[in-house]
Amino acid sequence: MSEKLTYITLKIWRQGGPDQAGQFEHHVIDEISEEASFLEMLDILNEQLIEAGKEAVVFDHDCREGICGTCSLMIDGRAHGPEKGTATCQLHMRKFRSGDTITIEPWRASAFPIIKDLMVDRSPLDRIVEAGGYISAETGGAPDANLIPIPKPVADAAMDAAECIGCGACVAACPNGAANLFTGAKVTHLNLLPQGQAERYQRAEAMVETMDEYFGSCTNHGECEAACPKSISIDVIAVMNADYFKAKFKNRKKLSRT
Amino acid sequence: MSITLDSKIPAGPLADKWDEFKAHEKLVNPANKRKFKIIVVGTGLAGASAAATLAELGYQVDAFTFHDSPRRAHSIAAQGGINAAKNYKGDGDSVYRLFYDTVKGGDFRAREANVHRLAQVSVNIIDQMVAQGVPFAREYGGLLDNRSFGGAQVSRTFYARGQTGQQLLLGAYQQLARQIGMGGVKLYNRMELVDIVTVDGRAAGIVVRDLMTGEISSHSAHAVVLATGGYGNAFFLSTNAMACNVTAAWRAHRKGAAFANPCYTQIHPTCIPQADDFQSKLTLMSESLRNDGRVWVPKNPDDTRAAADIPEDERDYYLERIYPSFGNLAPRDIASRAAKRAVDNGQGVGPLKNGVYLDFADAINRLGQQTVKERYGNLFDMYERITGENPYEVPMRIYPASHYTMGGLWVDYELMTTVPGLYCAGEANFSDHGANRLGASALMQGLSDGYFVLPYTISNYLADWLNKPIPGTDHEAFKVAEQQAADRFRQYMSIGGTRSPDYFHRELGKIIWDYCGMERTEQGLEKALSEIPALHEEFKKDLRVTGTGDSTNQTLEKAGRVDDFFELGMLMCRDALVREESCGGHFRAEHQTEEGEALRNDDDFAHVTAWEWSGDPMAPVEHREQLEYEVVQFQTRSYK
Ligand SMILES: Cc1cc2nc3c(=O)[nH]c(=O)nc-3n(C[C@H](O)[C@H](O)[C@H](O)COP(=O)(O)OP(=O)(O)OC[C@H]3O[C@@H](n4cnc5c(N)ncnc54)[C@H](O)[C@@H]3O)c2cc1C
Ligand code: SF4
Ligand code: FES
Repeated sequence: MSEKLTYITLKIWRQGGPDQAGQFEHHVIDEISEEASFLEMLDILNEQLIEAGKEAVVFDHDCREGICGTCSLMIDGRAHGPEKGTATCQLHMRKFRSGDTITIEPWRASAFPIIKDLMVDRSPLDRIVEAGGYISAETGGAPDANLIPIPKPVADAAMDAAECIGCGACVAACPNGAANLFTGAKVTHLNLLPQGQAERYQRAEAMVETMDEYFGSCTNHGECEAACPKSISIDVIAVMNADYFKAKFKNRKKLSRT
Repeated sequence: MSITLDSKIPAGPLADKWDEFKAHEKLVNPANKRKFKIIVVGTGLAGASAAATLAELGYQVDAFTFHDSPRRAHSIAAQGGINAAKNYKGDGDSVYRLFYDTVKGGDFRAREANVHRLAQVSVNIIDQMVAQGVPFAREYGGLLDNRSFGGAQVSRTFYARGQTGQQLLLGAYQQLARQIGMGGVKLYNRMELVDIVTVDGRAAGIVVRDLMTGEISSHSAHAVVLATGGYGNAFFLSTNAMACNVTAAWRAHRKGAAFANPCYTQIHPTCIPQADDFQSKLTLMSESLRNDGRVWVPKNPDDTRAAADIPEDERDYYLERIYPSFGNLAPRDIASRAAKRAVDNGQGVGPLKNGVYLDFADAINRLGQQTVKERYGNLFDMYERITGENPYEVPMRIYPASHYTMGGLWVDYELMTTVPGLYCAGEANFSDHGANRLGASALMQGLSDGYFVLPYTISNYLADWLNKPIPGTDHEAFKVAEQQAADRFRQYMSIGGTRSPDYFHRELGKIIWDYCGMERTEQGLEKALSEIPALHEEFKKDLRVTGTGDSTNQTLEKAGRVDDFFELGMLMCRDALVREESCGGHFRAEHQTEEGEALRNDDDFAHVTAWEWSGDPMAPVEHREQLEYEVVQFQTRSYK
């Protein structure tokens, strides 16, 4: 049967809105099963708060299966908490001990303003994709899917990068608030594939430059890779940088010709 | 106002109907398309593909989602794969076979013409998604790989590891993002549709609530598309994402859109069993696992040994035993009921005896751990994270859970609801799966609707509206709807009772699960129909929503969604009560064969039941669309 943890103290960031000051609030969970997920523990806390006539803690979540990228908590100073390769929603209480104090904060990054409590606005990540994180193939004109064989290792490598769930943990973990792992993952996914070649260099350039508009710069700390729930390899940043520099070079050549 | 159900199925032989439609529909010329505004609510597979394609064609598109980003819709969680009649394996697949499997899988309760079109365009979907850069699994030669799925004897399922939905949604999202970046689509994120507005019986626009500020506002358009997903969370515990809800479809229903077959819900056989009372959702273990996993329970209900210690001849591989030709790949409804029987029989496994084994020991011996890992690695990891057990060493434990809803807004062949100008796509409509959906067919249907059906059919409606004025948001109807929405949310805040929305949702879910779940009886449904309204009354008196209405308040959002689930719950039970037969996911205990299989009644029930809102959730008006089968012959569905 499942074990119970007792007396867990939660130190939770509360903030009424983007322009308000925030502070930590302390709550105690008397007893919780180790089978509970971390977010179920917050559900229980919220039930208690509502019963006591207090406002529930706001936090983002949806699939609770580690795939949608919505959940986003700093747990004891680590993006997505202590378990490697695991999103907040897949963290279970069996990773904690009775009597623990757990600090819960939102993603902290200047590109991600706090909306309320633990919820932040991550839409700058969407701006990067809108700038070029796609292949321009309008509906209707696609050739037969098996026309271009793609070697399995290439497809697998593209898939490794495509697994990014867009959670923003890499940004939150980075001392500079850089989004290079996220952007690198998308550039790598598309630029490795034959279908992605036509726009390869424009894509790298447009995405990197949009990224730089919103986010800090990468100084190779590697915190992003350690925090990433999908274990996206930091190599994607090298792939992105190489394509970005090639893009710059090519575009200079193009300019000098005109 | 009473509705009529005109399915608008084109004339001609089945295989030619879609071409026939496209040859004769009204078109809007490219230069005129930008004169039309189309609202798309929902940016899952169906909504994102529709919004992107409509914008590519030149329409002005406003897209709405309550998620923070279109990349997060529930579609992202689909694991197993997507079907298409490509016949790349040369194993006898064809458009006809996919069509036939889908009609049969749906237990002969789907509209033939729609399903045939779905099978036809399935091949285009794979082409389109590969062009978008979706990294589907490949064989060593570089060509696309396929796997097989429940209810089919060919290999036609395309997949991207265990994350097919994610990769497809990201493909459609990226295509949408391109349009957002180029200004073809205006995106409204963290915005929830709270009402539909009609003027002179036509869809005129929507009322939305900004989830960050609580502000209520209106948007008008020539046509509105709802692609807002299914209502599986009516059961509270389901495999659906937490935010999935019925509000958009329900609000449309209250404004005149008929709701079809609400009792057709799919209970998926392979989910991780509930571990405790506080559980917030159930996790699916993809059906693809049944390709290599073997389902069994101990023959002796009192067997307390560990799985590995139970000898082969004391195990009951009940699916292989009862359904020798489909075995572990028997369709979902059948596999679910078989698991329920085993557990009800006391043969359940696990600490709460509420599961059955899904065992990979043979597959690991046959294929090696590495191959099994390549196929299912991320699912095995997910299982271990949730249960703390390693499925390479001990068998998984699984049990059925609410997963998908075949019912939804009634639509005609053109995907238009009974409200002119209001369309419905994806899981939110009732169209293609009849009484039971086959695995890997929802992604196919969502993308078919969004990419290849709606963009054609919508012009047939819009063409008549060229250069005619449409009601703006200053129209009285918008003002009234805004006021009603604001009052509704103010009301939830002011009740000041003692129970949270989640409390009511959990209680409601229990009633629906017990009486309108895997097995239904007249008596049980009657009971539910007295308990749900009573609980709803309690909700209206005893709800407590803390916080305020003018900043993010998830408790308040939840209150609105639960309120709508109550009314839907009544309709689900009513629909299950009047359908006095068993078919697909709808199993009425009174109607079964001697062997306990579903007993259909084609003479009296080969129809779609579409319900009209009457103002009283307990007294909806029943309408019927008779299903005409021109090509397929009714048959007892057998997987033995
Ligand atoms: C765990 C799981 C695994 C699955 N695996 C498979 C599989 O392998 N193969 C398969 O074919 N199918 C699978 N399915 C089913 C399939 O994923 C869904 O049926 C399908 O993705 C639904 O897509 P959709 O676009 O209709 O809706 P969704 O993806 O649910 O999108 C709904 C959209 O509507 C928006 N929305 C809803 N209501 C409102 C509102 N009131 N206001 C504003 N926006 C709103 C949401 O924000 C979202 O953008 C699976 C389902 C689950 C639960
Ligand atoms: S790279 Fe990793 S951490 Fe960054 S957004 Fe993607 S999944 Fe999250
Ligand atoms: S809630 Fe979806 S990844 Fe955590």
